[in-house]
Amino acid sequence: MTTAEKNVKASAEQIRYANILFYGAWSGIALMIITYLIYVLGILPPHIPLHEVPNYWGMAADQYLHEADIGRGWAWAGMLGKGDFLNFLGIAFLGVLTIIGYLTLIPAYIKKKDTAYAIVAILEVLVLLSAASGFLGSGGH
Amino acid sequence: MVKQILQRIHDLCLVLGVLFVSTPAFAVAETAAADPGGGKPWWFWPIVLLVFCFILGIVAVLAGVGGGVLYVPLVSAFFPFHLDFVRGAGLFVALAGALAAGPGLLKRNLANLRLALPVALIASTCAIFGAFLGLALPVNIVQICLGAVILFIAVLLATSKNVERPTVTKQDAIGKAFGMSGVYREETTGEAVEWKTHRTLLGFFMFIIIGVAAGMFGLGAGWANVPVLNLLMGAPLKISVATSKFLLSITDTSAAWIYLNKGAVIPLIAIPSIIGLMLGSFVGVRILAKAKPKIIRYIVIAVLFFAGLKALLKGLGH
Repeated sequence: MTTAEKNVKASAEQIRYANILFYGAWSGIALMIITYLIYVLGILPPHIPLHEVPNYWGMAADQYLHEADIGRGWAWAGMLGKGDFLNFLGIAFLGVLTIIGYLTLIPAYIKKKDTAYAIVAILEVLVLLSAASGFLGSGGH
Repeated sequence: MVKQILQRIHDLCLVLGVLFVSTPAFAVAETAAADPGGGKPWWFWPIVLLVFCFILGIVAVLAGVGGGVLYVPLVSAFFPFHLDFVRGAGLFVALAGALAAGPGLLKRNLANLRLALPVALIASTCAIFGAFLGLALPVNIVQICLGAVILFIAVLLATSKNVERPTVTKQDAIGKAFGMSGVYREETTGEAVEWKTHRTLLGFFMFIIIGVAAGMFGLGAGWANVPVLNLLMGAPLKISVATSKFLLSITDTSAAWIYLNKGAVIPLIAIPSIIGLMLGSFVGVRILAKAKPKIIRYIVIAVLFFAGLKALLKGLGH
């Protein structure tokens, strides 16, 4: 078997990452469908009544938050008891999957003494966490 | 003979589908300017959006483009939603598609972590800036820029000639330092194909622009990733397409969080879009296995021209 033949298979860390994405993505999508049904079927009362949502979707995001009395950043996490905000569970779950995947890559690269990729993975986690934190640009507008 | 007839029927249905999705929403959207719901009950638009995105998912697969690149211009043109929410949903549409497609591509070693990670770091960082820029600029400016970008994408799709296996005689120092090389199995021949990159620094620079555009317009960025990875950096086409799809899961994650934290995600819009497009993609993949309707790609290019012009005119106040 040539070297090329040996290397044709994906690395162990790549397979692990793929498995995280596979189970995570489908769980997230299932969660989104369930929470959406809870929302539109009125099982959990929403913050904005369904028939009033069209009054907001033509506004800019900034104005929508103001008019609907919704906080910025992670304010949605404190409103999960409302049917509409419950949907953010599945949406946010999709947003953390990549971070979880990267967290598994860091020890794998450190173990392989692949310093460059370990640093790249750490930096990526920091970038994604900064974006997710809601702290970036929170003083704007 | 029967197969040919069935294929023709398939193609015809798809063409009609494209034409169909462009019209009902268009007709009602004209009346929606005065009433944000277009005089329809709340459930009307999410259902239309679900059906629209389902067909869009089929068309996107058949045309070989990402869902996001069709979603943002078409939904912003024909639905009564503010561009902020369309871009927010567009990013999650592209993200969900990339997350669902990523595992298979990674396991087959077509999407490659060694190629993806360095460029993903650049693109995802710049996508954050793009997202802030897109949400801070006046909406008409973003519309004009969006229109220009969509027209550019249409030209790119019409003229770009990707190369199956670009010749890379010598890997550059940066590519070598990052070990941006690999091997994949060419399934049609069973051959193990070795690849490596060149012009890596210029490629990195291009991902700054790609990241900003992805965050600013919520388009996904496959349309730009593939030519840069393939034509500029010299990765084989299969590696470029697969790595590009996987890359979207990282680039769009950072931008999507900014849109989410800035309130630019309304579940009533975002979730039917994501589900519709994903279901459509599955159906599209099944149809693709049986037929290769080239005409769909030309129709998509024409639709993008139309949507780009419409966005441009909307931004200019026409």
